[in-house]
Amino acid sequence: MSATTAAGAAITLWGVQKSFGATAVLRDISLHVEAGAFVTIIGQSGCGKSTLLRLLAGLDTPDHGELHLDDQPLANAQADARLMFQEPRLLPWASVLDNIGLGLTGDWRARAQDLLREVGLETRAGDWPAALSGGQKQRVALARALAARPRLLLMDEPLGALDALTRLAMQALITRIWQVQKFTAVLVTHDVHEAVTLGDHVILLERGRIAQTWRINQPRPRETGNPDLAATEAAILRRLLQSETV
Amino acid sequence: MPRDADFFSREVAAPATPRPRTRGWPGARAVAVRSLPWLVPAVLLALWEIGAASGAISPQILPGPGDVISGFWSVSQTGELWNDLGISTARALGGLAIGGSIGFALGILNGMSPLSAKLLDTTLQMIRNVPILALIPLAILWFGIGESAKLFLIALGVFFPVYFNTYHGIRHVDAGLVEMARAYRLSGAELFRRVIFPGALPSILVGLRYALGIMWLVLIVAEMVSASSGIGYMTMNARDDMQTNIVVLGILIYALLGKLADLIAHAIEKRALRWHPNFHPKS
Repeated sequence: MSATTAAGAAITLWGVQKSFGATAVLRDISLHVEAGAFVTIIGQSGCGKSTLLRLLAGLDTPDHGELHLDDQPLANAQADARLMFQEPRLLPWASVLDNIGLGLTGDWRARAQDLLREVGLETRAGDWPAALSGGQKQRVALARALAARPRLLLMDEPLGALDALTRLAMQALITRIWQVQKFTAVLVTHDVHEAVTLGDHVILLERGRIAQTWRINQPRPRETGNPDLAATEAAILRRLLQSETV
Repeated sequence: MPRDADFFSREVAAPATPRPRTRGWPGARAVAVRSLPWLVPAVLLALWEIGAASGAISPQILPGPGDVISGFWSVSQTGELWNDLGISTARALGGLAIGGSIGFALGILNGMSPLSAKLLDTTLQMIRNVPILALIPLAILWFGIGESAKLFLIALGVFFPVYFNTYHGIRHVDAGLVEMARAYRLSGAELFRRVIFPGALPSILVGLRYALGIMWLVLIVAEMVSASSGIGYMTMNARDDMQTNIVVLGILIYALLGKLADLIAHAIEKRALRWHPNFHPKS
């Protein structure tokens, strides 16, 4: 698959704040993510990680602060971002292939078929989503997110509901596609192991602020049981437990 | 739950160990199970015939099946039956088309626009509580006994189930899917066509099925009260002439038409909702 049009977008946030009613969910987030990086965001429930992702997807707007993709305000560049939800959210009345082509114009069928092969479901193009397993549905959702050649792929705990083996396979699949297509990836997860397996950077959000970041310099594919990764994972877990008791 | 008769009979007709009686007759049980729904009607028919033939049931109260069949022959030979049947069907479908399309359009309008729903829904809920048949005297005063009175009553009758189920269906489309579609840059007509309408369709088709039932009910009563043609008129006319067999024939025709409408609605559902797991037992 050609990677020429799918190169990543750099993300820059300055002083981003977001409240719902009286509750401040994000307080003063500033962040720079270089193009093509893989960033994972972890934190307790309610720390604002999903809200941050929704801002990046353009589903919400910040109360204060600015979001830029490369040199443009996000609002002008939203077409470049695609979001994967916790649930697959496939249209049950559209075939697998039509789900992948959602929102696309022109001749998208060949590309949708390619993507379906990429996620290992090339024989299921004509099936209804109801005939797929949970992991297969999430793979279709991944193909759908990639169909528009996004420069930024946002993932809101898309693997949270999958069983352990399917999760590992999906993590490998996402890593492989990311390496080929070179988009910028932001993954929200509550699983620290997943965060260090996938991310170049791990960001800990705490009560709407960035509490700490880690750089993960391990080559890919990353093996489970790698001692450096395990040490980082343990450090992050310790830090998370601290934040719980504060 | 899968509704089609095939699936049901397969479920019932597949015991782990066949009984000795059916051994060597693999299809017999399946055939028996499949014909089971017709057993009670057949027994009733037989009792009816026996009762009429033995004189136990007076022909003035309930003429035998033979009488009804000969009544059918006489009215179908004169062409009266086919003429009345055609007129009744045209009224039913005309009323369905008018009331159904208004109900569908208002259901979509109120489902999509909270302002419009706020403005109109309470009024419509109030009108719905008036029993439709109570409007017959008013409809006759307004429209006389011509076609418009009957079209008005049928249209009003089918309007409500179509309206409410369309409105309800659109309001309850999965919000997660709508949010997803917006995030994937769908909006306006494209959003409606690909997400909102298909999401509301199961509910809309339930409304259509209710509407078909109400359609026949209102038609029959309207034709019996004020008409000079149609199956209802044929039946009432026969009552005046003490032709009980034609009265019974009219009732049987209504039963058949109702069943036919239901079969058509079910066929539409099966086709339009073929993505739905309920209509799709393979998963």
